[in-house]
Amino acid sequence: MSRRYSILSLLAGALRGRSYWQPAWRDAAPKAGYDLVIVGGGGHGLATAYYLARVHGMRNIAVVEKGWIGGGNVGRNTTIVRSNYLLPGNAPFYEHSMQLWETLEQELNYNAMVSQRGVLNLFHSDAQRDAAVRRGNAMRLHGIDAELLDTRDVQRLYPSFDFDNARFPIKGGLLQPRGGTVRHDAVAWGYARAASALGVDIIQNCEVTGIRHSDAGVQGLETTRGLIATQRVGLACAGNTSRVATLAGLRLPLESHVLQAFVSEALKPLILGVVTFGAGHFYLSQSDKGGLVFGGDIDGYNSYAQRGNLPTLEDVCEGGMALLPALGRVRLLRSWGGVMDMSMDGSPIIDRTPIDGLYLNAGWCYGGFKATPASGWCFAHLLATGQTHTHAAAYRLDRFSTGHMVDEKGQGPFPNRH
Amino acid sequence: MLIPCPYCGLRSHEEFTTLGEAGRVRPSGDDLQAFADYVYLRNNVAGRHRELWFHAAGCHAWLTVERDTLTHLIHGAWPVNETPTSEAHTGNEPANEAPAP
Repeated sequence: MSRRYSILSLLAGALRGRSYWQPAWRDAAPKAGYDLVIVGGGGHGLATAYYLARVHGMRNIAVVEKGWIGGGNVGRNTTIVRSNYLLPGNAPFYEHSMQLWETLEQELNYNAMVSQRGVLNLFHSDAQRDAAVRRGNAMRLHGIDAELLDTRDVQRLYPSFDFDNARFPIKGGLLQPRGGTVRHDAVAWGYARAASALGVDIIQNCEVTGIRHSDAGVQGLETTRGLIATQRVGLACAGNTSRVATLAGLRLPLESHVLQAFVSEALKPLILGVVTFGAGHFYLSQSDKGGLVFGGDIDGYNSYAQRGNLPTLEDVCEGGMALLPALGRVRLLRSWGGVMDMSMDGSPIIDRTPIDGLYLNAGWCYGGFKATPASGWCFAHLLATGQTHTHAAAYRLDRFSTGHMVDEKGQGPFPNRH
Repeated sequence: MLIPCPYCGLRSHEEFTTLGEAGRVRPSGDDLQAFADYVYLRNNVAGRHRELWFHAAGCHAWLTVERDTLTHLIHGAWPVNETPTSEAHTGNEPANEAPAP
């Protein structure tokens, strides 16, 4: 079950045909009770379980997932990792995540295809250049890598872009060389495998239907697979957080919105790294299989539907055509939507709730994937010790009533604009 | 999604902007916590959801729209100062036929 992968084991396994490949983690059935249960078997929930077991030595814990591992947003994102944040509340957290990504495969003994191919944010005007310089300086002050590129630098990296665009000329870009992409499914599988090997029960097809609690705190979870007694529960339910929190009578500063993503047919290497267009909302990378992976804004209305509407596709493609006219000759292979837990200031929440023993990890907006390791790390720290981790100190639930918002875009309490 | 604007008929949702959940009432008095709850907390309903839409590229009316957030099916739209009724403007009745292209 928990055999260690190495080049020798893979070679030996190849000689033994398919008998080598056994399930990588136990498909556990729920026990009557646990010290702690995490609701949500996505990237964040599985990472939390892994760090609880590995760093904090908690082994009598479970992850309950209503569907299957990797079926939610961890398998529905555009695989981008970066730490190019501006605000002091965000930068150390995401940089911690970046550092955990850099050692993830050795840590988990699992090939997650971590590829630091660089994330480039283009700018198209003097004002945007000033903003990029400011952001780059803020990043460097936090010890994060950032390089300012001019038009010629960008042209050298991406000759296929439209450099004659009169309306949105490419004036340069801010590059984070350590950013890149990670195979998203492998992140879920790697964390699941490593957590399972440490004794964590991963319980699939187990939907939480009730949270038993009293004034003394949480007592257990009612699920479609029976009652699970526990006094500590961590919610990591992404887009469905509000629905689960309602079971405990909580209203949260969240709205669920749909974000679409798109993949083209496979092409020969064209796009080296991850690029964002600065004059609209469009981001692009190329997967190792060759497909162009791209996306843009959320649709902008409340949705749990995991699919969006065509006007957003049109808007995304307009951005794409302004940046890379050759995109118009490429056929779209598939598109999909994921449900985003959009918070009121665009930043996440990792905190306790007013109910004793009930903890919250939510509000990832559409930046949850890159945060997976640090989110797991900090949430595990909170769940195990009861203390907020330094890097997640700004992500308090009560910041909305105390005025300590972490609003990277300065948009105010309008989740569809973050 | 096509929104059955009571004034303009069935129009694409591109013409509208949304302000989210309808029916939030600004608290009177100076209870700061109540005011923070009003500004920041949402029911975030999965299912039938009443929400505010503004017909920005049309008649500039504010509407209450009842829409299912699980399916995107729109059950009706009303001017914001009217109480939503079961006799909704769904766009299906003759008076709300889409304008000729």
